[in-house]
Amino acid sequence: MKFISDRALERLRDGAEIPDLAGTHYRLLERVARGGMGVVYIAEDEKLQRRVALKILDVPGTEGDLATRLIREARVLARLEHPGIVPVHDVGTLADGRVFYTMKFVEGRRLDQYIASVNSVPDRLRLFLRICDAVGFAHARGVLHRDLKPANIMVGPFGEVLVLDWGLAKILREEVLHTTRETDPEATILEKPKPSATASDSTEISAVTEHGTVMGTPGYMSPEQARGDVKNLDARSDIFSLGALLRFLLTGKPEEASAPGGARVDKSLSAICTKATAAAPAERYPNVQELALDVSRYLDGLAVGAHRESVFEKTARFYRRYRFFILLIAAYLVMRVLILLFMHR
Amino acid sequence: MTQNFEPKGGDRFPLTRRSVIEAVRSIDAEEREQALEALCAAYWKPVYKYIRLRWNRPTDAAQDLTQGFFMELLERELLDKFDAQKSRLRTYLRICVDSFVTNEDKAGRRLKRGGNVLHVALDFPSAEEELGATVIDPAAIPSPESLEEFFEKEWVRSLFALAVEDLRELCARKERTRTFHLFEAYDLDGNEKISYEQLAQEYGIAATDVTNALSWARREFRRIALKRLRELCGSEEEFQREARAAFGWDAK
Repeated sequence: MKFISDRALERLRDGAEIPDLAGTHYRLLERVARGGMGVVYIAEDEKLQRRVALKILDVPGTEGDLATRLIREARVLARLEHPGIVPVHDVGTLADGRVFYTMKFVEGRRLDQYIASVNSVPDRLRLFLRICDAVGFAHARGVLHRDLKPANIMVGPFGEVLVLDWGLAKILREEVLHTTRETDPEATILEKPKPSATASDSTEISAVTEHGTVMGTPGYMSPEQARGDVKNLDARSDIFSLGALLRFLLTGKPEEASAPGGARVDKSLSAICTKATAAAPAERYPNVQELALDVSRYLDGLAVGAHRESVFEKTARFYRRYRFFILLIAAYLVMRVLILLFMHR
Repeated sequence: MTQNFEPKGGDRFPLTRRSVIEAVRSIDAEEREQALEALCAAYWKPVYKYIRLRWNRPTDAAQDLTQGFFMELLERELLDKFDAQKSRLRTYLRICVDSFVTNEDKAGRRLKRGGNVLHVALDFPSAEEELGATVIDPAAIPSPESLEEFFEKEWVRSLFALAVEDLRELCARKERTRTFHLFEAYDLDGNEKISYEQLAQEYGIAATDVTNALSWARREFRRIALKRLRELCGSEEEFQREARAAFGWDAK
């Protein structure tokens, strides 16, 4: 029997990682990244002659938890047609038994890398609102993301924001996997659910999000999610993550109270973060729209629901909002006073 | 769900197999024996090298203990106690080896065993040669983590060596001996200076033929190694974990 040297071990491992795309219409171009479940490649769709992102599991088989999760992720994504969510093109199993799906190839930067180039707070908040828009859409379709963090947000070359990695998504309403014209009047593809499909998919869901299982990212994960209280998770769990994400956008860390260099975050914004990341779900915003509305109100110079202002703060905000007019009126009044003084001399 | 995800490009990946762990617990003596042989084939070298290194035993004592261990595994039905939910088979076996060697020391036994029961050829001189060729940091040896790491690496080496042998046989059956030679020259001999073009010249074929041959051989190697691995695992979860460990997917 041939001795396998350490060098040969590495070569065999490297060679074995390359997926077998025989029988598909994809051609491998480049390895992009490795995640917890598998590898993402850039591939060429030879039929449509376009680049796609190809996500492939490491281990073959369609029966394991990871395969179930990947297939579910693809199905969930396929139902969430939104500019802020990457569209899925195809899902299947390669000749070597590995489950894969292809999605739109997005050239961009992860939020944690991109954010360094955005210095203005209003620009960061507008970015946050686009994330809220995508997450709110998913919630409206009965899907929780459950792993919202900077690494799962991509910002494209034109500033478009995409929420990625729906592998931990929790389906709140089953119809998201079986959208029909009744539940989605805008759907262009009709797909009747198979009689057995509901049962099998329910099994998949319970297998993936079994009660007591902790999945998520510390710092961005809600307390109930960290406890593994899967059954009671609702939109407010994602709102916690969005709150942590907002704090990251303002301070660089999900739990930091002040911005880099010790600069204090505006009290209203800080209050929004605090409310969104409250330990008790009942104390958080009831839905993403309410959170986004508070951020929008801040951007418009209005009072936010999360913070009761003092008279001084109200005045300061009033001044900031109407600074131009106040200065104009002040200038006018000063001019009038000067004219009066000049005339009475 | 499976019916919706048939592999593209042919059914080359069988989905259901009976694992060695299940077969070892079988009431059929023949099936039990075959399973033990499969287990022994994959693990005897790591066990032997581990005894040599961890327990610092001379070659003849280590050989005796290795054979004795696999006999004990069969006689005392130790695999019946293995719970795939609680630990990896590899870790369980390593702990069993430790316990076996300790007990043998206490009893002061040193018997020649296993020669007429185990049907796997235990090529101890080759294992000894490999041990000599393995780079080991002596300073790291006493720590339990490094021993676990050493045992794991030797297990992967053993698994891959078996898969390479299977691939050699497959190539011979399919009259693709040249493919195996190319695979051997490029991937196994670890010659970093050799290129596809040089191999193509050497074998008088086009460079694209070398690419295709290597691609086929790597695919088959992966399939065979995973098939062997699946047979050695007690559950789907264990298989997933072990595959990630064997192919280094967690570390990349």
